[in-house]
Amino acid sequence: MTTIVTDNCKGCRFTDCVSVCPVSCFHYDDEMLYIDPDVCIDCSACIPECPVQAIYEGDDIPEDKEHWIAINAERAPELPVCEEQMDPLPGAEERKTELGF
Amino acid sequence: MSNSGTGHNPLRVAIVGSGPSGFYATEALFKSGLTVQVTMLERLPSPFGLVRSGVAPDHQKLKQAIKLYEKIAQNDGFTFLGNVTVGKDLTVDELKQNYHAVIFTCGAESDRKLGIPGEELKGSHTATEFVGWYNGHPDYRDREFDLSHPNAVIIGQGNVAADVSRILSKTVDELKHTDIAQHALDVLAESRVSDIYVIGRRGPAQAKFTPKELREFGELANCDPVVNPDDLKLNAASQAELEDKANAGNAKVYQLFRDFSERKSGSKQRRCHFMFLLSPKALIGDNRLQKLVLEINILSGDAFNQSARGTGETIELETGILFRSIGYRGVPIPGVPFDDKRGIIPNTDGRVTESGKFMSQLYTAGWIKRGPTGIIGTNRADSVATVNALLEDIQQNSTKDGKAGVEGLIPLLQAKNIRYVTYPDWGKIDTAEINAGKKKNKPREKFTRVKEMLGLLD
Ligand SMILES: Cc1cc2nc3c(=O)[nH]c(=O)nc-3n(C[C@H](O)[C@H](O)[C@H](O)COP(=O)(O)OP(=O)(O)OC[C@H]3O[C@@H](n4cnc5c(N)ncnc54)[C@H](O)[C@@H]3O)c2cc1C
Ligand code: SF4
Ligand code: SF4
Repeated sequence: MTTIVTDNCKGCRFTDCVSVCPVSCFHYDDEMLYIDPDVCIDCSACIPECPVQAIYEGDDIPEDKEHWIAINAERAPELPVCEEQMDPLPGAEERKTELGF
Repeated sequence: MSNSGTGHNPLRVAIVGSGPSGFYATEALFKSGLTVQVTMLERLPSPFGLVRSGVAPDHQKLKQAIKLYEKIAQNDGFTFLGNVTVGKDLTVDELKQNYHAVIFTCGAESDRKLGIPGEELKGSHTATEFVGWYNGHPDYRDREFDLSHPNAVIIGQGNVAADVSRILSKTVDELKHTDIAQHALDVLAESRVSDIYVIGRRGPAQAKFTPKELREFGELANCDPVVNPDDLKLNAASQAELEDKANAGNAKVYQLFRDFSERKSGSKQRRCHFMFLLSPKALIGDNRLQKLVLEINILSGDAFNQSARGTGETIELETGILFRSIGYRGVPIPGVPFDDKRGIIPNTDGRVTESGKFMSQLYTAGWIKRGPTGIIGTNRADSVATVNALLEDIQQNSTKDGKAGVEGLIPLLQAKNIRYVTYPDWGKIDTAEINAGKKKNKPREKFTRVKEMLGLLD
C-alpha cells in the first residue's frame, strides 16, 4: 500500500492534510506536496481532509495517476518536511473552483 | 524569578495519559520555543495508549506512529512516569502545586450502553473488552469470550466494529504473526463462529467504515462478505449524499457493498454479513444470550441530516455472543469537571471549564476533549490547538512562580510507595517483549499483567 499526492495539489497547496498527519511525512516544494513512502503509515487521515481530493491510496489510485507513486518517492526525501499548516498558494481558491470542488 | 518558559524558570507541564494526544501535546510544547519540562503520567507501565491497545494487531504499519513518539520521548525535557494513576495515586491538586499547567489526554476508556433489556446477559460484551483482550491490555486479561455458537453479532458500523468483525473472521494463520496476545490467539483457534453479523442503525450510504477497512473483508482467507442487494436500495436523500463530490469516502464504501452483493455466493467457511437499518431492542436468553430482537428502521430528514426511526416491525436473530461498538465515554477523574452527558471533560478550545467558568491551569486534548471521533492523526491538530491556548494563557498571565515539576512529584510517589516506571524502565519491558516475540515470529509478545512487567524491573 502507498498513499500519494497527485496533480490536483499543484498550485493550491492547502495543507489541510498536514495538520492531521500523525508522522509528519509531507514534504513541499513551490508547487505542491509529496508523501515520503518510507515514513507514511498509510493511516488515510489526510485523504478526507484534502479539499481537492489530490490524495489517493493503494487500490484507489487511478491508472492515469500511477506515475505519481514514483514522483512522490523521488521528490519527498529531497525536500523539506512540511510540519505545520501553511497559507494556501495565491490563487488556490480559484484553482479549487476550477477543479470543480 | 524570571517569567516561566525561560532558562531559570522552565514552563512545567504535566500530561495525563500517554496516547497520541499526549505525545502530540508534548511535541507542540517542545516546538514552542520556550524552555519546557514535560512529565507524562500514565496509569499503565506501558506508554502509547490505544496505539498499543486499540489499533488492531493485524494493522502493524499503523503502530509505527510509535516511532515518532519514541523520538519525542528522547527530548531532554521529557520524563515518563508509568504505573501512576492520576486521581488515585496522585491528586489533581498535587499536580497543580508542582506544575504550571496540567493537560488531560486520558482518552475515552468506557463504553456507551445500548440501554435495552438483557444488555447484562452473559455473552453480551463491549467492543472495548474484546479489543483490550486481544491486544493484551492488563485490564481485560482475564475476560472470557464464548465463541462456541455459530453466530456472532456486532452492533455498530464504524472502524472499531470493523476491527472486531475482522478479528473474528480471520484464521489463526492470518493472525499468528501479528502482536495479538497469545491468550486471545488460543481462544480464537477454537472458535466455532461461522457467521458474523455487522449491524448498522442507518443505511449503507451512512456506514462509518473507511473504504480501506471495508475492502479488507473482500480479501480474507476463509471468510466471504455478504450483502443483500435489496438492502442497497437508496432513498432520494441518500442518493444525493452519495452524489455529493465532497462525500467520496461514503460513495466508495457504498460501491464496495455493491461489489460484495454482486459476488457469487462464496465457498469459504465463514461469512461476514453487513446489515442495515436495524436497531437492537432486546437481548433474550435464560442464563445467557440466545437471541437478539432488532427493530427495522427507516430514514427521514434531509441529505446529510437523516436520522433512523423505528417502524415497529421487528426481526429476530439467534446468537451466542454480541459486541456493542456504538461509541466511547471518558472516565471521570476526581478533581476534574466531567460532562456526564457527553462523557468528556467540559472545555472551550481545550481550556477546562466548570459551569462555563475556566478552571485555571487545567487543559485537555484528544478523545477526552472532543469525544471519541477521529483517528490517530486527528489528535495532532487537536493537541496543537490546546497547546496554543495554554501558551496564550501563560503569556498573558506572565507568571513568575517557579514550580518544582517532576522533582516535586518523585518524593510524593515514594512516600506513597508507588513503583513508578520510567522511560528507561519501559525500554527494558519493550526489549523483553520484542525478544519474546522473536521466538514465535511475532513483532512482540506483550506482557499482559502489570505484575509481570514490574517483575522485570527489580
Ligand atoms: C479499537 C480501536 C481501533 C482503532 N483503530 C485505529 C486505526 O486503525 N487507525 C487510527 O488512525 N486510529 C485508530 N483508532 C483511534 C485512535 O486510537 C485514537 O484516535 C487515539 O488513540 C486517541 O488518542 P488519545 O490520546 O486521546 O487517547 P488514548 O489513546 O486512549 O490514550 C489515553 C491514555 O491515558 C491513560 N489514562 C487514562 N486515565 C488515566 C489516569 N487517570 N491517569 C493516568 N493515565 C490515564 C490510558 O491508559 C491511555 O494510555 C482506534 C481506536 C480504537 C478504540
Ligand atoms: S490538502 Fe490536498 S491540495 Fe492541500 S496541500 Fe494537501 S494534498 Fe495538496
Ligand atoms: S496516510 Fe497518514 S501517514 Fe500517510 S501521509 Fe496521509 S496522514 Fe500521513
